[in-house]
Amino acid sequence: MENKRIDEPTGTETVGHEWDGIEELDTPMPRWWLWTFYLTILFSVGYVIAYPAWPLVDKATAGVLGWSSRGELAKEIDAADLARESVREALARVPIERLPEDSALMAQAVAGGRAAFKVNCSQCHGSGAAGSQELGYPNLNDDDWLWGGDLKAIEYTLTHGIRQAGHDETRTSQMPPFAGAFDPAQLDALVSHVLSLSGKGQTSPAGAQLYADTCVACHGASGEGDRAVGAPRLNDAIWLRGSSREAIMRQILNPRMGMMPKWEGRLDPVTIKMLAAYVHSLGGGEDFVEVAEDPEVEVDEQP
Amino acid sequence: MRERGICRSRHEYLFNLTWINEARGARSYPLAKRTENLVQAESALARTGLWFIITILAVMAVATAADRAFAAQATIVAVIAFALMWMSAVRFDPVTSGRSFFKMPEGPSRYDDDVVRWGVVATMFWGVVGLLAGLFIAMQLAFPQLNFEPYLNFGRVRPLHTSAVIFAFGGNALLATSFHVVQRTCRTQLAFPSLARFVFWGYQLFIVLAASGYLLGITQSKEYAEPEWYVDLWLTIVWVAYAIVFIGTIIRRHEPHIYVANWFYLAFIVTIAMLHIVNNLAVPVSLVGSQSYVLFSGVQDALVQWWYGHNAVGFFLTAGFLAMMYYYVPKQAERPVYSYRLSIIHFWSLIFLYIWAGPHHLHYTALPDWAQTLGMVFSVMLWMPSWGGMINGLMTLNGAWDKVRTDPIIRMMVMALAFYGMSTFEGPMLSIKSVNSLSHYTDWTIGHVHSGALGWNGLITFACVYYLVPRLWKRERMYSLRMINWHFWLATLGIVFYAASMWVAGITQGLMWREYGADGYLVNSFADTVAALHPMFIMRAFGGLLYLGGALVMSYNVWMTLAGKLREEKPLTDASYDPEADRPIVDRPAAVPAE
Repeated sequence: MENKRIDEPTGTETVGHEWDGIEELDTPMPRWWLWTFYLTILFSVGYVIAYPAWPLVDKATAGVLGWSSRGELAKEIDAADLARESVREALARVPIERLPEDSALMAQAVAGGRAAFKVNCSQCHGSGAAGSQELGYPNLNDDDWLWGGDLKAIEYTLTHGIRQAGHDETRTSQMPPFAGAFDPAQLDALVSHVLSLSGKGQTSPAGAQLYADTCVACHGASGEGDRAVGAPRLNDAIWLRGSSREAIMRQILNPRMGMMPKWEGRLDPVTIKMLAAYVHSLGGGEDFVEVAEDPEVEVDEQP
Repeated sequence: MRERGICRSRHEYLFNLTWINEARGARSYPLAKRTENLVQAESALARTGLWFIITILAVMAVATAADRAFAAQATIVAVIAFALMWMSAVRFDPVTSGRSFFKMPEGPSRYDDDVVRWGVVATMFWGVVGLLAGLFIAMQLAFPQLNFEPYLNFGRVRPLHTSAVIFAFGGNALLATSFHVVQRTCRTQLAFPSLARFVFWGYQLFIVLAASGYLLGITQSKEYAEPEWYVDLWLTIVWVAYAIVFIGTIIRRHEPHIYVANWFYLAFIVTIAMLHIVNNLAVPVSLVGSQSYVLFSGVQDALVQWWYGHNAVGFFLTAGFLAMMYYYVPKQAERPVYSYRLSIIHFWSLIFLYIWAGPHHLHYTALPDWAQTLGMVFSVMLWMPSWGGMINGLMTLNGAWDKVRTDPIIRMMVMALAFYGMSTFEGPMLSIKSVNSLSHYTDWTIGHVHSGALGWNGLITFACVYYLVPRLWKRERMYSLRMINWHFWLATLGIVFYAASMWVAGITQGLMWREYGADGYLVNSFADTVAALHPMFIMRAFGGLLYLGGALVMSYNVWMTLAGKLREEKPLTDASYDPEADRPIVDRPAAVPAE
């Protein structure tokens, strides 16, 4: 402590050490700093008394407030459930065919479905349900349905999924790959015929013949498709995987087929019902006039 | 004034003494030189052999590698070992001095600054690389088309960015400044100079292996600890060597007391060693493969990871950089440190409290409530100990506040301390559970990290480099002091854009995620929130561009300084420098213990 001196600009004494020209002043700690520090310590002591904090042998201290994060979550979920209970109960009672009759309940189902859709479905179908042509996720806003577009058919698709291995009730079908089946000229003619079904370009007898031999069974004579096996319509302007000649050719040679998870077991029946109502409400929902026949009977058919 | 007089005469006395010693050394030169050459020849031969063995091992690793990425990494090691073998062989020449490559200091009366010089260059280089990577991933977030699969997708470039700025830029800055500061505040040369050189080059190898590994897809998926087991082992060796050099230098000091900067450096070196080893405990799948399984699993693993992750911030980016602040701010301001007592209390409270705060990264997860509580309260208590460093830094300017106006380096240091204070307030605030429930997983966290990283770590490092460059390369001053000013404004504006856009983005995100409609259902899908943030992402990238621009201005400035040029401009204030005082003490034995 031999080199203490008074620092002129501040009038404070130095501690007396010096390192490479650096000295230190003996300024006391700022009071406000010290008191704020004490205050945070005081707050912490109070907090650990109030909340779970100290680990003991089997479990930690619970805190005098008895709070736990699981407890809080359960409480919040209960509160939210309670608020929606009447709606959920009503929805659980009403068979989906009768849902449109109660327009107030239908509106609430659509609202719930919209939220569930954002969490569970938007990953593939997009937040606006427009799907993706590039990846083959169907657009749910149009009136083109692969497996049926009335409430019951949509609910069935949601419940059992599409092409879910090991699930008997799932919607399933398979388009055979035709790679190697046609020579280039035949393929070209077939593609022209497929395009001609929706009025794009001219067909040829060869193309029509090939189509009649290989495609009609599922896609129908005029390309109207078959919902029983999820065979897409070919005579409209909506294409699941692109309408270019290359896209169609690729789909004939090595067809890509979509999968959709079965939501039974992941979502409760009421949520599935709400999702069906929401998807139905997007614009393309069909009335029960066009009810598809019971899919359970039909889906076994493999082309 | 009296003490000043004594001090100066002591320096003068020392200087004369050194002079005599050097002269004496010169007279006995021929004999010493011959012995030295012989020793060098032997060690060069041994070194060549060592590198040869490493090359062979690396080639064998390439041949037997279990996966292609590991083979690529082993190739890098093989190439470097081969280059070093070749260089050692070339150096096996008794005539030319071995000092050409690994230059040793010219005598005991000079500080050993080679590693410091290399470290400064590496800091600048990796800084620009890291900022560039950051700008690139910021652009990827705004424009996903910029994801070039597979090597340059976001998932691979992001750890490249974080490691480049934290470990390459920050790490080299810490290496360089710690070796600079410890010598000067202990008034002695580095202990184990060749080990110090190994530390520098070994650390660069670690960086290259880590960075190339990320792009090749090698990762153990632990944030800020992504490198795999073999790179971790290498870093452990390098780090132990670093500790030996640093502690060895402190032990042979010529000052009775250990300066506060060295406490912080010590805390940083020791704690990082502990954190690194525990968090990276893993079992390799194969000794010639890049994959491993981490020893811990589930929530235990998460807790260890964030104990590491949070203290990497605490001891690497806070303690280490506070050490830099404690030496360079008083040197540049030419003022005594504000309060010795504050430095003691805030040092011990900081290192005691920081180590417990990690669980606040795991609020509202599977981590038991009690651990979350403790993580939060320790973070809250950490507020004032963190601010102690800011107070001590800022108040050191008492009596020299005018320099904020006239000295661009001081201005940069003050801004760094201001951002330090801001982010160390924001940190405890975000750790409070109710705040965290809104901020967690949002861009607010990103903004918080960057106001600390760009504002505090970046600016204080730049300021220290500006201080160091003219002194290390014996220039009158930086090429341009006015350009430091440009750099200051570019960087500050960049941080403002970055932090402000991320605050807005984070709070928007947090509110949109928890938004429920009148029917009691969620309103937004995740994609909706991403779309809402797009303008903020562009603003963030713009802020990053400004900050990178500042770093490029600095690179040019440093480059021209090294080239020996001086820009003609209106003068600004700079701290004075006396090269004669910048020498170790050689006249008395080391380590007089403190009373």
